[in-house]
Amino acid sequence: MNGNDYAISCCGLTRRFGAVTAVDDLNLDVPRGRIFGFLGPNGSGKSTTMRLLCGLLAPSAGHATVLGCRVPEEAEKLRLRMGYMTQKFSLYQDLTVIENLRFVARAFSLGQRRMKERIAANSALYQLESLHSRLAGTLSGGQRQRLALAAVTLHEPQLLLLDEPTSAVDPQSRRDFWDRLFELAEQGATILVSTHFMDEAERCHRLTFLDRGAMVREGAPRDLMNRLEALTVEIDTEAPRRTRALLGTQDWVRAVTQLGNRLRVMLMPDMEEPAEKVRELLGEADLQAVVRRTPATLEDVFVAATGFGGSQRA
Amino acid sequence: MYLLLLPDSGAASVPDRPVARNPTVVAGVWRSLRRTSAIVTKEIQQLFRERMTLGMILGLPLLQIVLFGYAINIDVRHAPSGLVDHANTSMSRQLASALEATQVVDFVRRSGNVSELLDEMRSGAIRTVLYIPPDFERRLSDAGRPVAQLMVDASDPSRITATERIAQYLPSVRGEAGQFQMTLAIRNYYNPERRSSVQIVPALVGVILNFTMIVFTSVAVVRERERGNLEFLITTPVRNHELMLGKIAPYILIGLAQVTIVYFAGSWLFRVPTAGSLLDLYLASLVFVAATLGIGLSISTFARTQFQAIQGAIMFMLPMLLLSGFMFPFEGMPKVVQWIAYLFPLTHFVEVARGIILRGATLGDMAFRMYAISGLFLVAMLVPVLRFSKRLD
Repeated sequence: MNGNDYAISCCGLTRRFGAVTAVDDLNLDVPRGRIFGFLGPNGSGKSTTMRLLCGLLAPSAGHATVLGCRVPEEAEKLRLRMGYMTQKFSLYQDLTVIENLRFVARAFSLGQRRMKERIAANSALYQLESLHSRLAGTLSGGQRQRLALAAVTLHEPQLLLLDEPTSAVDPQSRRDFWDRLFELAEQGATILVSTHFMDEAERCHRLTFLDRGAMVREGAPRDLMNRLEALTVEIDTEAPRRTRALLGTQDWVRAVTQLGNRLRVMLMPDMEEPAEKVRELLGEADLQAVVRRTPATLEDVFVAATGFGGSQRA
Repeated sequence: MYLLLLPDSGAASVPDRPVARNPTVVAGVWRSLRRTSAIVTKEIQQLFRERMTLGMILGLPLLQIVLFGYAINIDVRHAPSGLVDHANTSMSRQLASALEATQVVDFVRRSGNVSELLDEMRSGAIRTVLYIPPDFERRLSDAGRPVAQLMVDASDPSRITATERIAQYLPSVRGEAGQFQMTLAIRNYYNPERRSSVQIVPALVGVILNFTMIVFTSVAVVRERERGNLEFLITTPVRNHELMLGKIAPYILIGLAQVTIVYFAGSWLFRVPTAGSLLDLYLASLVFVAATLGIGLSISTFARTQFQAIQGAIMFMLPMLLLSGFMFPFEGMPKVVQWIAYLFPLTHFVEVARGIILRGATLGDMAFRMYAISGLFLVAMLVPVLRFSKRLD
């Protein structure tokens, strides 16, 4: 564990709220210049971890080093070098876009000239020029989000913590947003981003899956999918509910997810001919179906990581 | 004042860029001022966006000075009164008109029956009853005997004073009848006409400021929390003292604007002459405004919601008002209560404002009061600076 190699490293990081353990013994090393994804169902401790890393919360146990600063002790030193985008829009809704940007620039004690340059640059980058005189409260979800990212990058932070930045944003805006993130990462920024969206997760350099405060998977998206401890098949059927019920009784079936008339089935990893076995089972029950083997997705990893609970919590 | 509260702003250096590492105090102070200006600018912009609030800030004091100036009038004037004149001589009529000439009483009911008028007094329709007995003329020549009786509804104590005062007009009536009786000569300093508005206007400057300033800043921090701005605000490098000073700075100007409104409207409407220096008044107001803003901010760091903050503000304001010497004479309070009253800046400011406006005192004459207000300001600012946490837990 070396503060210079990693933008973030934490060891045994734990945070309890009364009887609830929101973050449980988290060990994490986030390399510099990478986009690092946080995945997990609601309440899995993603936001709490980010707040711990910002120094907004003190850990109950363990410790964390962010950009070489211990948090929360040296959090104040860290502020100038990192940006934190909260899950809810937290700029001033009763101020205009330009007023908000100037506020943030001054709060980070940017000089008059640098403030002008940075606001001009970010306004162009995030297409905010035409919105300058609009009240932030009247912006759409995507516009707000662009404003928030523009504001949080005004001081050119080396580390960005983004807490579910795209939850209220349409697909096109999400794609644009991720393009910006890649640009920032190319310029050397480290980005820690939490998300619900699997397509976004797939774009991260590395991923951490959290479940009930604990880290359950960690690695590059491709590796995580390859390492999935289940085989996946897809079934096209006219009777998805009956098929699903039947599969649910088999001990070699780990999870079934319905997608319209398709079923996505995760099976025990040690099976020889999974598709054949499913076909046999359905044939015996006189169910018409097309069964084929498919590669694993991050969604599957997510289901596996959260314990095959039969839940579709994502 | 600013430098005093600025312990170490040079800590915000950037190790990654050695050029920017400027440990000089000047650079640190500049960055600190820059951060404070962020808060000040934002507060002013938000204030102007809320027309309603702005209107209240400037309109409310005007409304209050007019309302209070006229309504809080401890002079009893034109109290509706009843008259029972069983003598009905020229002398008895002279007595009644002499009393009416004081403007304290107006005889709006005349009756031959005292008990009938006492019933009206119980209902509140009239406040006093003058009874002139049939043997009034004989009593006039009988020294030491009361010639008539004034029955007063004493449920409001100020009426006692007022009627005691007009009772002194009785001997002058008797004097015309050739009798001589010693009367107590009363001479009033500073308010020879004994107009209560003269006492009220200076104190009202303080009372109105106390009210508006505390209410406005009591929601200042908690509003950030309720609107969801706090989580971002505390991740900026803005320090506690910068946040707090930035939050009160715009309101200091508003406070001084309110002083101007209340003072000039009050002086003009109620013809209050100013004996002392206006500069002294403004300087004293400046410190007082800052102290009350600090109290509001302190409340704000304790409250969890804006509603709680307003409740807290009201809970503080009532004792401040009652114990300040504005409502009741300070000298009449028990010692313990006086000590409590000394903890409120308003108590001192009421004294200072009266001193400057009515007695022509200077700030130097009232150094103790000024030190007290300044000390209370420091304490009131220290509370939010120390209490406010840039953490969520």
